Amino acid sequence: MVRLADLPEAESKGHIDRIATLPAFGTPNLAKGPSLADRRIALLTTAGLHLRSDQPFDSGGAGIDYRVIPGDVKAADLVMSHASVNFDRTGFQSDWNVVFALDRLKELVRDKVVGSIAAFHYSFMGAIPQVTRYEPKARELAAMLRQDRVDGVLLSPV
Amino acid sequence: MSALGHYLEAEGIPTVSISLIREHTVALKAPRALWVPFMLGRPYGVPNDAAFQRKVALSALRLLERTDGPVLEDFPDDAPYEDLGDVPEAENCPVSFPRMRSEGTLGERLADEIAQLQAWHEVARRHNGRTTLGMTGLSPRELGEFLDAWLRGQSKPLFREGLALAGALKLAADELKTFYYEAKGVQPGRRTPSEVLRWFWLETAAGETILAMRDHAMQSADPSMKGLATLSLVPRAAHALLAARPAK
Repeated sequence: MVRLADLPEAESKGHIDRIATLPAFGTPNLAKGPSLADRRIALLTTAGLHLRSDQPFDSGGAGIDYRVIPGDVKAADLVMSHASVNFDRTGFQSDWNVVFALDRLKELVRDKVVGSIAAFHYSFMGAIPQVTRYEPKARELAAMLRQDRVDGVLLSPV
Repeated sequence: MSALGHYLEAEGIPTVSISLIREHTVALKAPRALWVPFMLGRPYGVPNDAAFQRKVALSALRLLERTDGPVLEDFPDDAPYEDLGDVPEAENCPVSFPRMRSEGTLGERLADEIAQLQAWHEVARRHNGRTTLGMTGLSPRELGEFLDAWLRGQSKPLFREGLALAGALKLAADELKTFYYEAKGVQPGRRTPSEVLRWFWLETAAGETILAMRDHAMQSADPSMKGLATLSLVPRAAHALLAARPAK
C-alpha cells in the first residue's frame, strides 16, 4: 500500500497505533536452501482463505489456527472469511491470484524458474491483536512443511 | 506475517514475505520481505494481470537466496491502472439496471434490491468463472431476511452449528456484501474498488441495513456485540465517506 504517512488519518491511525504494540524480535538467522530452480515452494497467506466446505475463521478476531489448502484446489472452491472489513475484496472476487498466486507459481514451475510446488498450502487469518499467539501453530506447521520437503515459503498478507 | 516468518525460520524453513505495511515489517524485523506499494487486499498488485503478478511473485521468491537478513527490498512499480474492461456482450445481463426503491420498510427495500441484483450476480458468476459466496449456505434473499429479522427482534435459527450470534451476523453481513460487490463488478460504468465502496455504503439498502446493524449491536448488553459493532461491520473508509456526506 502507499506509505502510512500518505493515507488519510482515518485510514492510517489504526496501523500507526499498532506499531507500538508489536513484539520485539531479534535479528533473524536466515535458513539456507538451494537455488530457486531447485526449491519446493509453499504459499502461506494470512488472508483468511479456506475451502468452502471448511470451518470459517473466528469472526471475533481470535482465529489463530490455520486451514490447509490442497495443491490441486480450484479457484471456485476457495473463499475468504477474514474478520477485518478494512481491505479491498473486489480483487479476490475478480481473480484469486491477486491474493493467492497459485497459478503464477505453477507457471514459474512450468518454466523451470522454480523447482516444484508443495502438495499443500496454508492460510491463517491476519489482524489478530497479538502476533506472538501464532507461535505454537507456526511451529506445528513447520513440521508439516518439512514432511512435504518444502524449502521455501512465500508468505503474503492481505 | 513477519512473526510467522520468524517462527518458520527458527524451525529451519526459509521464508520470504510480501509486505503491504512497510512500517510494520520494519518494526517486526521480518526475515526476508518485499514491500509492495499496493492497496490492502491486493498483495500481488492487480487482478487479471498475470505478467504483473508474476513479476511480484518472482521478485519476492528471488529474495529466498539471500542469507544476510533481515532483508527488506522495495518493489519498484505501482500497480497498473485497473481496467476491468467490458463484460462480453454474450454475457451481458438481460435486465435493466436495478432501480432502488425509496419507499417501504428497510427490509422490503432490501428484498427488492437483492431480487433486482440476482441477474447481475449470475452474470458475475459466469464472467469470473466462480463466486466467493457459499459460507453460510443461505441464498442472498435468505441472507437479507436473516439480517432484517434480527434488526426487528425476530431472530431466525443460526445457519451453522457452533456459531455465536455475533459471528453468524458477521458472516451473513459479509456474505451479503460479497453478493452486492460481485454483482456490481460486472455492471457497466466505473467499477474501481472505491466506486464500489461508495455505491454500497451510500446508495444501497444493504449498506443501510449493515449500518443499522452496527447501531443495534452497539446498544446490546452482550459484549461480543460491541466488538461486532465497532470493528467487524463497517470499514474505516466507509466511515470517512459517511462523515463527508452532506447532511439531508
